[in-house]
Amino acid sequence: MTPKQRIEALEQMLLIRAHEEAAVALQGAGKAGGTCTAVGQEASAVGVVMALTENDQILTNHRSIGHLLARGADPRRTMAEILGRQDGYCAGKSGSLHISARELGVVLTSTIVGGELGLATGVALSRKMLGQPGIVACFFGDGAACEGRFHESLNLAAVWELPVLYVCENNHWQAFVHRRETMLVESITAHAPAHGVESNAVDGNDVEAVHDAASAAIAHIRKTGRPYLLETVTYRLRGHYEPDDQSYVDPQELAHWRARDPILLLKRKLDGEGVLDAAGQQRMEQRVRRRIEEAVGFAEANPYPSLDALTTDVYA
Amino acid sequence: MPRMTANDALTSALIEEMRRDSRVLMFGEGVATKRRDLLEEFGAARVRNTPLAEGIIAGTAAGAAATGLRPVIDLLFAPFLCYAMDEIVNSAGKLRYLSGGQFAFPMVVLAATGAGWGVGAQHNHNIEAWFAHSPGLKVAMPSTPADFKGLLKAAIRDDNPVLFFTDLALGFTEGDVTDEVVPLGQAAIRRNGRDVTLISYAKTVHTCLAAAEQLADRGISAEVLDLRTLKPLDEETVLASARRTGRVVVVHEASRMCGIGAEVAAIVAEKAFRDLRAPVLRLTGPDAPAPASFPLEQAFVPQPGQIVTTVRDLLGTRDVRDVELAGVPV
Repeated sequence: MTPKQRIEALEQMLLIRAHEEAAVALQGAGKAGGTCTAVGQEASAVGVVMALTENDQILTNHRSIGHLLARGADPRRTMAEILGRQDGYCAGKSGSLHISARELGVVLTSTIVGGELGLATGVALSRKMLGQPGIVACFFGDGAACEGRFHESLNLAAVWELPVLYVCENNHWQAFVHRRETMLVESITAHAPAHGVESNAVDGNDVEAVHDAASAAIAHIRKTGRPYLLETVTYRLRGHYEPDDQSYVDPQELAHWRARDPILLLKRKLDGEGVLDAAGQQRMEQRVRRRIEEAVGFAEANPYPSLDALTTDVYA
Repeated sequence: MPRMTANDALTSALIEEMRRDSRVLMFGEGVATKRRDLLEEFGAARVRNTPLAEGIIAGTAAGAAATGLRPVIDLLFAPFLCYAMDEIVNSAGKLRYLSGGQFAFPMVVLAATGAGWGVGAQHNHNIEAWFAHSPGLKVAMPSTPADFKGLLKAAIRDDNPVLFFTDLALGFTEGDVTDEVVPLGQAAIRRNGRDVTLISYAKTVHTCLAAAEQLADRGISAEVLDLRTLKPLDEETVLASARRTGRVVVVHEASRMCGIGAEVAAIVAEKAFRDLRAPVLRLTGPDAPAPASFPLEQAFVPQPGQIVTTVRDLLGTRDVRDVELAGVPV
């Protein structure tokens, strides 16, 4: 990553974090419905999405804000969606859990764990058969990797040679269960060779490492037309949903990962390398905070959908 | 007008629609193996075998449908749809709505079911009502070769996910077939009558027609209405017939509770109550898995004699001669 890209990455990660924290506050105040955050996973989202081009498409899940904002989503419209307002990306019908933004290439967001894995093969098949350039990046977690659909999807993408970048954001938590309770292998990539799929695991809290690994994976997909599994090893710093007191989380493990907060790591690096000093970082944080405050203001002022929307868009 | 079997009619619909629209493709378990004619004409990209994995077949279809293709998938037997429920119900059925209308899912899911092959309940289970109960989906279940073709053509052209159930016992029946597209959501009156309306779909339409013949011998004029599409349900045709005859018996092979018959009976009771001369009755399969043994399998499905007895009860004209017909105690 160039210094300019790293500065851009930090600003995106700060924007995502601020957006997540604002959504948590809105939920706590009773203004937003159920919401799931990906606090602590910002480097994974930003590193991968920055490695994509505008021809590429993204499928994501209920922890989607990072992928959406890194892709250029307008925080006013994501926030409006979280509050169920009419100018949200999904006209208020999604809420926080399944936000798609087709205009940005973020398609078919599914909150059924593993749902996106079942759909990504079809999106990639369309690209291939319709002769469209670009690949399909599919984000899922270590929980989804325990679903049968994970294996079915990898297998079919391999057999049909579909251009899918599988991004497993291994955040250690599958709802309320630690991954060590549910799988014997340490890395999700252990499953890839069984399906004839190339793979790599990377420190998901190091945005540069994620970006480099994603770029290499994407180059491989573009060259071979075959799928690739990239595991970004990261950590869910907040609970499964809001509110969640995380009483089930080992405090030592949490402290370890808090010290490895991807924003903290990048800030330290940029300051140390003289790319962006503390004062510059502070100005950036203020700018981001203002954007999010404005987004919340927009969303709260935005009307709810009219009640006749209850039964529209059921059928095409 | 060519005569052909229902299975051939279905194939001819596939061929015509694939010729008409290059976005239509077909995949599923053994599709490329069993449909060599399609494979030869349209090539391996549009006619594909898949792994035996119904979930990913349906998910791939939904993903492809939302992004520019028009897939037809063959999941073989209806009970296998249980493996694909998430992709059909939660993805194809809901993601249009949840995305505020950003996506459409023009896809067709083919599955066979029904008594006649003695394959038992894990291959024979009439689960069509499950999908009618779920938003965003359409459901068709034809009874004639002409509808196997015409309804499938309409299903392929529809911009929504359509569950297309074919009755195993009807596959080799012959009939006249045209190039006509049969619109989804239009019932057909298969026989006109004055005294009672027999409402059915798929195999049991023919059972109703046989019963109507027997009733005619006894001076009772039965109308036979074939729903053809279960969702959207053609309420108008159902209600018009119910109002004409004042008596309705719904007949289907699927089990009774929360079946299509329950919905039809409720619609008639809600909207045509004043024109009814008798309660709406249902003749259905029992609340039991479908057995394999041929006599038990046949006992599972409503038979003409039961319909005759039920109608004569409704009209208050039942007599001892019906015992033999119905095969059940008076």
